Amino acid sequence: MQGVVQQIVSGLATGGVYASLALALVLIYRSMEALNFAQGEMAMFSTFVAWTLISIVHLNYYLAFGLTIAVSIAGGFLLERVVIRPVEKAPPLTVVLVTLGLFFVVNGLAGLIWSYVIKPFPGPPGFPQAPVSLGGVYVGMQDLFLIGMTVVLLALLYAFFQYTKLGLAMRSAALYPEMSRLLGVRVSWMLALGWGLAAGVGAVSGMLIAPIEFLDPNMMQPILLYAFAAAVLGGIENPVGAVVGGFVVGILLALIGTYVPGARDLRLAFGLVIIVAVLIVRPGGLFGRMHVARV
Amino acid sequence: MRFAGLSARAWALSGAGLVVALLAPLFILDRFNTIQFAYVWAFAIALIGLNVLTGYSGQISLGNGAFMAIGAYTTAILYYKLKVPYGLTILPAGILAGLAGYLFGFPALKLSGLYLALATFALALSVSPVIKNFGDLTNGHEGIVLPSVTDPFGLGLTNEQWVYYLTLVIGVLLFVFGRAMLGGATGRALRAVRDSETAAAASGVSLRQFKTMAFGVSAFYAGIAGSLFATITAYVSPDSFDLPLSLSLLVGMVVGGLGTLAGPVLGATFVVWLPIFAQDIFRNKPDVSYGVILILLMFLLPQGIGGGARQIYAWYRRRATSAGPEEEVADLGPAAPPHAAERGAGRS
Repeated sequence: MQGVVQQIVSGLATGGVYASLALALVLIYRSMEALNFAQGEMAMFSTFVAWTLISIVHLNYYLAFGLTIAVSIAGGFLLERVVIRPVEKAPPLTVVLVTLGLFFVVNGLAGLIWSYVIKPFPGPPGFPQAPVSLGGVYVGMQDLFLIGMTVVLLALLYAFFQYTKLGLAMRSAALYPEMSRLLGVRVSWMLALGWGLAAGVGAVSGMLIAPIEFLDPNMMQPILLYAFAAAVLGGIENPVGAVVGGFVVGILLALIGTYVPGARDLRLAFGLVIIVAVLIVRPGGLFGRMHVARV
Repeated sequence: MRFAGLSARAWALSGAGLVVALLAPLFILDRFNTIQFAYVWAFAIALIGLNVLTGYSGQISLGNGAFMAIGAYTTAILYYKLKVPYGLTILPAGILAGLAGYLFGFPALKLSGLYLALATFALALSVSPVIKNFGDLTNGHEGIVLPSVTDPFGLGLTNEQWVYYLTLVIGVLLFVFGRAMLGGATGRALRAVRDSETAAAASGVSLRQFKTMAFGVSAFYAGIAGSLFATITAYVSPDSFDLPLSLSLLVGMVVGGLGTLAGPVLGATFVVWLPIFAQDIFRNKPDVSYGVILILLMFLLPQGIGGGARQIYAWYRRRATSAGPEEEVADLGPAAPPHAAERGAGRS
């Protein structure tokens, strides 16, 4: 029994990473109804920026963490202006193909700049990897940091969208573009801001997983698949759903990896199964609304 | 003058192209180039299949590399482990992949546009771990080295020339088969499904039957292509069938354009040769150039180079003769409206 609780806690920790990347996907889906297949690669790129700041520039970990988020927001914003803006009004699938192109480009660029040699990435100082006993269950402090960061991230985003004028403008731009434009909201800039925020959130997921999975240009590809599964499970339009979905997927994968013999290598395929199963049984996800198409 | 649905000019062009393709390895191409063009024909087969799925039935797939993997591993296992002559493994490879595709078509029925893209993306990502997992059968990440194939008829062909002709002949056969199938009622039904599912269903076209069939046919072509890939490379490994392969198929389809005759060959040539040219610029990462090209194409030519060429040709004809250019243009293949696949997604 204790073993199961142990696995659930470690599943929650990696689930936090899936949750934050899923959150990034949801942010973009809500603003333009497109899936960003390059989200994972963007997060990977941000993580390399953080690695450079920490290991080459020798900045303090937390300073580098914050700086990377800021740089990522700016980068995501710019990326939208340059690459997505020309296809903003195109059908969603065109946007998807462009993000697939971005996937290639970002991955290749990271490989060119930082090479494909696997690098260690430091964990947060003050949160040692050594586990502490909480009522008989051993919990890594780093895992607690992961779970805590995800919850903080969600709370910050919630506050931003609920209580700031900019957040309100972004929500209205996503829901009623024409009307928002009439009321003086710069809809296109709001989209860019959505991309910026998503890049920032994604950067957090990358920096959180890098100490566990090590740093290399292909590290985010499985994470992206799990994040998709999480987002679909929670309802692709629902941020809270994405976070819950992330935790659920994390726990499921941890349990399956431990208790189903030979299933460790099949976790990716399991992600596929979750996606397809949810889309078929409950296309709106656990928390999403059902859509009725008009003929 | 029309014969079997093609104008005299289209016949002349295809015939000339075929003659060049048949003679090239004997007179122009060296060993390296012969192999590269064998890859082009194999890729073209996979692209014809993808075209059936996306260009005709309007379903997108980012995961046809998975079906190529099934084909390649079928050939590798039958040929290497069970010592079946490789010539006899090609059809089973296609059939097995086709069956897998047909079965995948059923869950895909429920998914439209974006979600199908997502599910097939997941499919593409999960191939290589699944192959590695069944190490007893597939040798895991080491892959299977195949004995290289030689000319069985004593025609004096080198190994490279033999695989070149093998892929070319199979490619032409599958091309003719595809046209025959798509030219008739099946093609019309598929296009009806693509243009409006509701209207097609109202006209008595079974969505279930035709959409799963399109997946099956597309996977059959991918399986044959995968089998030929294994034969050309004389090696299969899980890493040859990861995400970049599936995405390069997509790039090839976008470059070649949807629903055109010459599209798959054009797209395949592009996908095979671009990395070779781009090697010096991007070192070992041809993917960057794929990415840049894909993005630029989406900006400039949403119908692909094939479709773009047709647009330019149509425009030229309209200027030259103000009457009746449309019919000539249509001869180049079944006309696909722009964003054929996207429409379904945009409607929801």
